[in-house]
Amino acid sequence: MITFSYTVFIVLIPFILFLLLGFFGNKFKPVVSGIIGTTGLFTSFLLSCYTAWQYFFVVPKVGGAFVKLIGYNITWLRFTENLHVDLGVLLDPISVMMLIVITTVSFMVHLYSIGYMKGEKGFERFFAFLSLFSFAMLGLVIATNIFQMYIFWELVGVSSYLLIGFYYEKDTAVAASKKAFIVTRFADLGFLIGILILSVTTKTFDFITLTDPKGPALMQGGSILFMGLSTMTWSMIFVFMGGAGKSAMFPLHIWLPDAMEGPTPVSALIHAATMVVAGVFLVARMFPIYVISAPAALEVVAYVGGFTSLFAAVIACTQFDIKRVLAYSTMSQIGYMMLALGVSGYGGHEGLGYMASMFHLFTHAFFKALLFLGAGAIIHAVHSNYMNEMGGLRKYLPITHATFLIACLAIAGIPPFAGFFSKDEILAAAFEHNKILWAVEYAVAGLTAFYMFRLYFSVFWGKEVHYHHTPHEAPLVMTIPLMLLAAGSIFAGFIPFQNLVTSDGLPFVKEIELSIAIPSVFIALLGIVIATIFYRKETTLPEKLAKGLGGFYRAAFHKFYFDELYLFITKKIIFNHISTPIAWFDRHIVDGGMNGVSFVTNQVSDKIKRFQSGQLQQYAWVFVSGAIALALAFIYYWTL
Amino acid sequence: MLTGILILFPLLGSLVLLFGRDSGKIRRLALGISLVEFGLALYGLYLFVTTCHCQLQMEINWANSLGVTLRFGMDGISLLLVLLTTFLIPLIILSSFRHEYRNPYAFYALILLMETAFIGVFCAMNGIVFYVFWELALIPAWFICAVWGGNDRIRITFKFFIYTFVGSLAMLGALVYLYYRTPMPHSFDIRFLYGAILSYKEQVWIFWAFFLAFAIKIPVFPFHTWQPDTYTESPAGGTMLLSGIMLKMGIYGLIRFLLPICYGVLKDWGMVAMIMAVAGIIYASVIALRQNDMKRLVAWSSIAHVGLITAGIFTLTIKAMEGAVIQMISHGINIVGLFIILDIIERRMKTRKISELGGIANGAPWLAVSFMIILLGVVALPSTNGFIGEFLLLFGLFEYNYIIAGIAGLTIIFTAIYMLRMFQRAMLGEKNELTAAFTDLTMAETITLVPVIIMILWIGLFPGFFLQLAEPAIKDILMFTR
Repeated sequence: MITFSYTVFIVLIPFILFLLLGFFGNKFKPVVSGIIGTTGLFTSFLLSCYTAWQYFFVVPKVGGAFVKLIGYNITWLRFTENLHVDLGVLLDPISVMMLIVITTVSFMVHLYSIGYMKGEKGFERFFAFLSLFSFAMLGLVIATNIFQMYIFWELVGVSSYLLIGFYYEKDTAVAASKKAFIVTRFADLGFLIGILILSVTTKTFDFITLTDPKGPALMQGGSILFMGLSTMTWSMIFVFMGGAGKSAMFPLHIWLPDAMEGPTPVSALIHAATMVVAGVFLVARMFPIYVISAPAALEVVAYVGGFTSLFAAVIACTQFDIKRVLAYSTMSQIGYMMLALGVSGYGGHEGLGYMASMFHLFTHAFFKALLFLGAGAIIHAVHSNYMNEMGGLRKYLPITHATFLIACLAIAGIPPFAGFFSKDEILAAAFEHNKILWAVEYAVAGLTAFYMFRLYFSVFWGKEVHYHHTPHEAPLVMTIPLMLLAAGSIFAGFIPFQNLVTSDGLPFVKEIELSIAIPSVFIALLGIVIATIFYRKETTLPEKLAKGLGGFYRAAFHKFYFDELYLFITKKIIFNHISTPIAWFDRHIVDGGMNGVSFVTNQVSDKIKRFQSGQLQQYAWVFVSGAIALALAFIYYWTL
Repeated sequence: MLTGILILFPLLGSLVLLFGRDSGKIRRLALGISLVEFGLALYGLYLFVTTCHCQLQMEINWANSLGVTLRFGMDGISLLLVLLTTFLIPLIILSSFRHEYRNPYAFYALILLMETAFIGVFCAMNGIVFYVFWELALIPAWFICAVWGGNDRIRITFKFFIYTFVGSLAMLGALVYLYYRTPMPHSFDIRFLYGAILSYKEQVWIFWAFFLAFAIKIPVFPFHTWQPDTYTESPAGGTMLLSGIMLKMGIYGLIRFLLPICYGVLKDWGMVAMIMAVAGIIYASVIALRQNDMKRLVAWSSIAHVGLITAGIFTLTIKAMEGAVIQMISHGINIVGLFIILDIIERRMKTRKISELGGIANGAPWLAVSFMIILLGVVALPSTNGFIGEFLLLFGLFEYNYIIAGIAGLTIIFTAIYMLRMFQRAMLGEKNELTAAFTDLTMAETITLVPVIIMILWIGLFPGFFLQLAEPAIKDILMFTR
């Protein structure tokens, strides 16, 4: 029997790094902190690779399928005999895949940050937070139960908060970090309610029991709870709300673009490759429940994903801040993954969407991290985020240019780059299940190619901008991660995911369907061609088009006014029209009422106290009149 | 015996302090006494056997004809609260060192007198003794606020006094009535009170009389209006005593008296109490969103958080009750931590107004880190103490009624909003002229904050120990309600 207890170190190493760098980071030279962090993550990365190799190729399969293994487990909190919270390591195809993704990207980002963050105040704090994030994210994916997942889910949120607000003197960064925390916290309330419904009905938190075909979650789904939907459906919808918050799905997406205020390596790690796909991972983790007990909830996943991918792609075409373009692009791509899960069935070829979603998650991590790190190199060189202040950079940044181009081709879905394969599977899955969503995704594929190459041409081609000082290529410590990720973006597509990561653990056969692939490549090329015409040389075409679209363009440029809408609800309605009046109500009505009671008491006692005047005549008078009154009363009753 | 020593030791200490004249010596002596007391409480923990119920008992026949045998003892809940009290008081004393109070001997003597009263309340196994200590706690609290408080202290402490006094009278009435309903020979002993034979109607009256007393102390909406003013106007130490420990008396009273005695009406009227508590959560949270005075903001947040505890108690589920006990401890630790931080800021900046602050983290990174950790405890981040209690409470509420649970759950968002807003505006961003000269934590301040942070993480990471202590006692109480 192969033991997997060492896997706990994959998670613990980053945690130890966090403590080390957090407490003693200021004792080292900055670069030493960076090297310690990078080495630690490299160790985690090697361990993950070893785990993957063991898991996929050494451990015997049961009935041809990959099994779920518990690598390590302790009971942390015992509520009752059955209901207890464990902390442990669950290994199955998706968690092992996520280990690879997280440790790879995290390692690259650590390495890159040594160059990128050089000379910044709080260098060691940055690495401590990066390690904390890696710890939390790894703990999330290996969670054996939904409670553990929730714990790490929140820790991930907090480390994201700390990293977005890394430049804590910058007001926009601080505001963005708070916004991200609160919006995701709002979503997490849904997640928590979902967990509560789930655990109250099934009396367990454990993933293996929950997703077991004979387990309590899959056996009971029929009972109607509310509004014609079953208990399981409601719980899965609430759980998805948590996932939608983390993954920036519409309408909880508003925090992600602002989160770009954080340092760029953070955007690459957290807001492109790992944390934002946690929502997809969550749905994939609970997938058997969704597909068997809660198909209506899965429908919601599909439509939310589909709509977000279109919505974000449209906005991405209009933005000028390169990081924001990439942020919207991330939203759009995650929408793809959600949609793929949403249209998937369970088992064999039915589960194509599931496989495609995981596949896309995997490939996307490479090329999106690459895009962000490339954007970091560009920003590093020209000290601006705005693409209209850039142009002609291909001469100055040859490595960045080449790798960026590879990433653009990958995300646009041009063969043989990685994105082509995974996106093709998603389109095939959508085609089989839902033609409307399939059509939407086709359009999005075109838009993706267009906005990516709009970005590419505006930055590297287009008009020559006069720079204050000549931009120069980033140091090797930054370009090596770019090159490695570029290699990943080229080759990751050839991994046979259908043999490794499937909905039921069994491999299945799939081929590239030319009837899907050819039109999708065609539409991607069309997007690229249009972008080339518009942006390769400086032209007036983009402005003309923007004018032609008029109100629609303006709306997209302003992100369809969702920030303003939310601000209106929170600031205007909740702050000014609820909070302030209630505070007034409390001061004047509730407290006033209580004061009124005391005022009346005072008045009454004022009146009463005259009776005790100390004057004998008055007492005598009261006494006599009282006696007479009593006598009269007696006589009156007696005579009746 | 130990219980008796625990109660009397601070009282003796406070008498000794009255003869002191040198303020430095008085402070150190007060701190020493409170630390010894904490040591005694830890010794109590060491003697305590988790599986048994009421322990470390002590009986004194005082006025036998009235049935007043003074019985003291501790079960798991009492012990936890005694530990909380004895843990917090040294911190409160230490944080008061920084202030130059007039008549320090009186100030510290009153704190120790309060400690006696608190421990008496938590250990009394007799209704009338409970009542006496309950009232005893009020007197020093009132003096501390009225003598060392802010500008508007007289009016506000008067209100505070009247409010709590009205509640106390209701409780006294209920206790006396109960006394005559206990089996012969009448007794105030808690076992007799639990055995009182009451009609439904009588139970309703006693329920509301107790509830009024406890709800004012906690405070539960709509009996809360004394609280924000009193917390704001009290000196820092007084606020910590009131919020960290004194309000736990009310929650403890609910568990110890109201649930087992009025068990028959909980089904009907417990729901009403719960709705008041949950309404208070939303009400107080919404008001907290708008506050500019940090102390007042924390005061409102406290109303919201104790509202959740109160609501959880009335579910009568073991999970929510465990959550309530853990959350009592956590709330005490967290809120004292917050008030220590606010006191540090106020003493340096001479203001508590969020709008006048900003950028403090620049000059005081360790203060910012400590503040952040305590804040995360308050917003109930997993791995901090706040999470355990809040999760258990919500879990219990959810089993009881999912709509109430959903509404109560909004607290986790509201808390994040107003707490992070405060942190952002006060600590982060660019520094202004006022905050430019902010210096980081001194040694003494670090010493006061470190135990708080350790407890936040300890309870958050290893709650099992605390839950085990409380569990048998909770099961005992719940037995009476079935």
